[in-house]
Amino acid sequence: MAAVQETVDQVRRIDVDQYKYGFVTDIESDRAPKGLSEDIVRYISARKNEPEWMLEWRLDAYRRWLTMNEPTWARVHYPKIDFDDLYYYSAPKSTKGPKSLDEVDPELLATYEKLGIPLREREILAGVEGASDRRVAVDAVFDSVSVVTTFKEELKKAGVIFCSMSEAVREYPELVRKYLGSVVPVTDNFYATLNSAVFSDGSFVYVPEGVRCPMELSTYFRINEKNTGQFERTLIIAEKGAYVSYLEGCTAPMRDENQLHAAVVELVALEDAEIKYSTVQNWYPGDKDGKGGIYNFVTKRGDCRGARSKISWTQVETGSAITWKYPSCILRGDDSQGEFYSIAVSNGYQQVDSGTKMIHLGKRTKSRIISKGIAAGRSDNTYRGLVSAHRKASGARNFTNCDSLLIGDKCGAHTVPYIESKNASAVFEHEATTSKIADDQLFYCMQRGLSSEEAVALIVNGFVKDVIQQLPMEFAVEAQKLISISLEGSVG
Amino acid sequence: MNAEPRILRTQAEDTFAAEYQAARARLPGGPGMAAARDAAFAAFQAAGLPHRRVETWRYTDLRALVRAVPPLAGEAPSDGAEFADPLPGLDRARLVIVDGVYRPELSDLSGLDGVAVQPMAALMEADDPRIGTAFARIDDPMVSLNAALMSGGVAIDVPAGVAIARAIEIAHVTTSAVGAYVRNAVRVGEGASVRIIESHVGRAGSAYQANIVTEASVADRAKVVWAKLQAEGDAALHIGSLAVTIGREANFDHLVLMTGAAIARAQSFVTFAGEQARAGLFGATMIGGKQHADILLSVDHAVPNGSSRERFKAVMDGRADGIFQGRIIVRPGAQKTDARMMTQGLLLSEEATFAAKPELEIFADDVQCAHGATSGEVDEDLLFYLISRGIPKAEAETLLVTAFLAEAIEGLGDEAIGEAFEKVAVDWLARRGNSANGTV
Repeated sequence: MAAVQETVDQVRRIDVDQYKYGFVTDIESDRAPKGLSEDIVRYISARKNEPEWMLEWRLDAYRRWLTMNEPTWARVHYPKIDFDDLYYYSAPKSTKGPKSLDEVDPELLATYEKLGIPLREREILAGVEGASDRRVAVDAVFDSVSVVTTFKEELKKAGVIFCSMSEAVREYPELVRKYLGSVVPVTDNFYATLNSAVFSDGSFVYVPEGVRCPMELSTYFRINEKNTGQFERTLIIAEKGAYVSYLEGCTAPMRDENQLHAAVVELVALEDAEIKYSTVQNWYPGDKDGKGGIYNFVTKRGDCRGARSKISWTQVETGSAITWKYPSCILRGDDSQGEFYSIAVSNGYQQVDSGTKMIHLGKRTKSRIISKGIAAGRSDNTYRGLVSAHRKASGARNFTNCDSLLIGDKCGAHTVPYIESKNASAVFEHEATTSKIADDQLFYCMQRGLSSEEAVALIVNGFVKDVIQQLPMEFAVEAQKLISISLEGSVG
Repeated sequence: MNAEPRILRTQAEDTFAAEYQAARARLPGGPGMAAARDAAFAAFQAAGLPHRRVETWRYTDLRALVRAVPPLAGEAPSDGAEFADPLPGLDRARLVIVDGVYRPELSDLSGLDGVAVQPMAALMEADDPRIGTAFARIDDPMVSLNAALMSGGVAIDVPAGVAIARAIEIAHVTTSAVGAYVRNAVRVGEGASVRIIESHVGRAGSAYQANIVTEASVADRAKVVWAKLQAEGDAALHIGSLAVTIGREANFDHLVLMTGAAIARAQSFVTFAGEQARAGLFGATMIGGKQHADILLSVDHAVPNGSSRERFKAVMDGRADGIFQGRIIVRPGAQKTDARMMTQGLLLSEEATFAAKPELEIFADDVQCAHGATSGEVDEDLLFYLISRGIPKAEAETLLVTAFLAEAIEGLGDEAIGEAFEKVAVDWLARRGNSANGTV
């Protein structure tokens, strides 16, 4: 109940179409020249002091990308992107050399403070009283570079490697070479290939055999610079029997032009390992007339490579002008498990086309999909998902539930599930519903003394409860606030 | 829209072009019809045979599957009397179409007083402007191909207020390895009521291609029961397309039973044009061997207060591939729509496959829409229950499969037709049981 009240307060406090993370940090930065070419790819690689093999990998991706066409199958509409009108690399000037917190530009620290992200170790995450003993390690990515990673030393003692991707390429080349591109191949799709050519920074996590990562890991992505694309690349490897929980958050300033964010995330879970990946996506969604906002074209995929491994995706999608994102699981190991929990809230002119793929390859593999879409304003909200069982996936099991809630008569909610079974003993169940908040539910709540706003908040919170419960606590509170902000102006 | 130019044509596409050029002059129709055929063929050529990148055809790649193109049907070598009645014991009037041409002399129109039945070819000759209107907004290459090559069929008009007790069968027979392009039209007037059966049979072992397009309209307060039996010959390609609009307070119940053909596709496009209308849409697929059966259903709730129920069941044996793609569209403003779609696949063998894509596309908020989909094998617990009560395993399985299919067939709500169709299902299962026993 406390959370519900908080949601209602939040709604009250904030004026229509106020995106509270929309400020710009005034900081000097180094940018690559505008446009994309082999030279730019070389520039990025050189700026990151990458070894030769990495540059070759990027160039190969770039050449492949030139031969590819943008995908058009998603239910999203936007003007053609001019890929030569973007900056592909931007870094705050002050972040050269080895990073320790004391060397970080105070302006940057202030930025993250303003965003509620504690970069000073042992600080409490904003807004979560009573959880002060829980600590979260943060990798902060500002435009194209990681500015700081906290708790590195402590994690190292446990054997966990948590660093920026750029650092990993230099420090742990064997691991990176072994796993990079092994889940999302270089030529997977248009945006993944583009990312492979120009990826800037992101997180690298390696959890050795049998280790349970002692704290939550998180990355906070911030796009600050104008006309800049962000191409993050994250790679998480959980060795046999390891466990890690990883959180990701993102925001961007309010700008009139659209900005591109094309990330690739790869997860590898070996035997008995478990990876929990949570996202609260809150990129700038554009203003109330649909002007500006981030194009969020993301490829996220986990590979349950070992037997009995488990990968769990949880996402709360409230931001971005356009979202095109399908965190997926390849269930390769026998008895492996995949989960996908999603809340996608769209308002204004936002377009969301999101969902998952559960690809059952191994025997007795299990997957579960819970997707809740809430559409308001003039937005379009699509769930698109694939569940497939291959010939050898005997005893595979899937349960899918996707519900949509429509608030207002100008929005659209769509469900596009693909169910493909090539094995008789695979049991798949899928159910989906679309409805609005029923008048009798509202009446019931209001009759008991709630205002209509409170009643809507209560019902919406109940609608998304299944997913919120899957989030680590720090994010659950944040997510609940976000949902109410996103729906602001659409209820009552 | 994918505007990529296609340069390479398949051999089959080239053959279609040659056939069209050769047949153009003799196909029925006035100058208006000829122009429409040219436009339709141009549309087909621009798109080519549908392939897996065409979303509505993703599971039935005709570009890969259609290798050879049989000659267009000419004079039929037989009158089709040698084919056994697919629905024995069911009383109905029969309109017989042999190799794409309506044959009044083979038909039985008794009990159809007040109903106007015309050969479609006559409407084509008169450049009847109604031809093609039901598909005006549907962009499908195989419908375009039919519009270019159609040779005949029947047009049935049930006037307003007329209730026809006797069922009317439109019987399609293909007697040899030809391409048969049939166009039918059924118009049911205000408050009228009629039961239609659409049957499709053909010569076993003959690689014929039947492409049947039916345009139907159900006027306000009319009541229509429409059952389709696809029992084509085992080497056939069957492409059946139905577009129907439903008027105010009208009732439309539709069942598609798919059991024949090597490759079959049944596509239905149902549009709610008047409020308070109701549709029940059902399907039962029973296939084995290397058969491939694909059902596409599009239900367009274009106006408020419509309700629809969809229930599609598919049973796959051998190495068969069963597919169901269904889409419920609720247009902006179509408030109070109530639509529920269920699709279930039952795999009877290791190598059979099932694919389903039940879609919801919703642009109105005050609606109740749901869909469900399942895929699996015969429930072992149920099977065990029956076996433990002394029922042999094969019989128990047949019972369970019959019950599974009956849920869809009975949805039609017409006892006589339902019974005849259930018998088709029971016979299929009996044949399956026999062949299984034979191999033991």
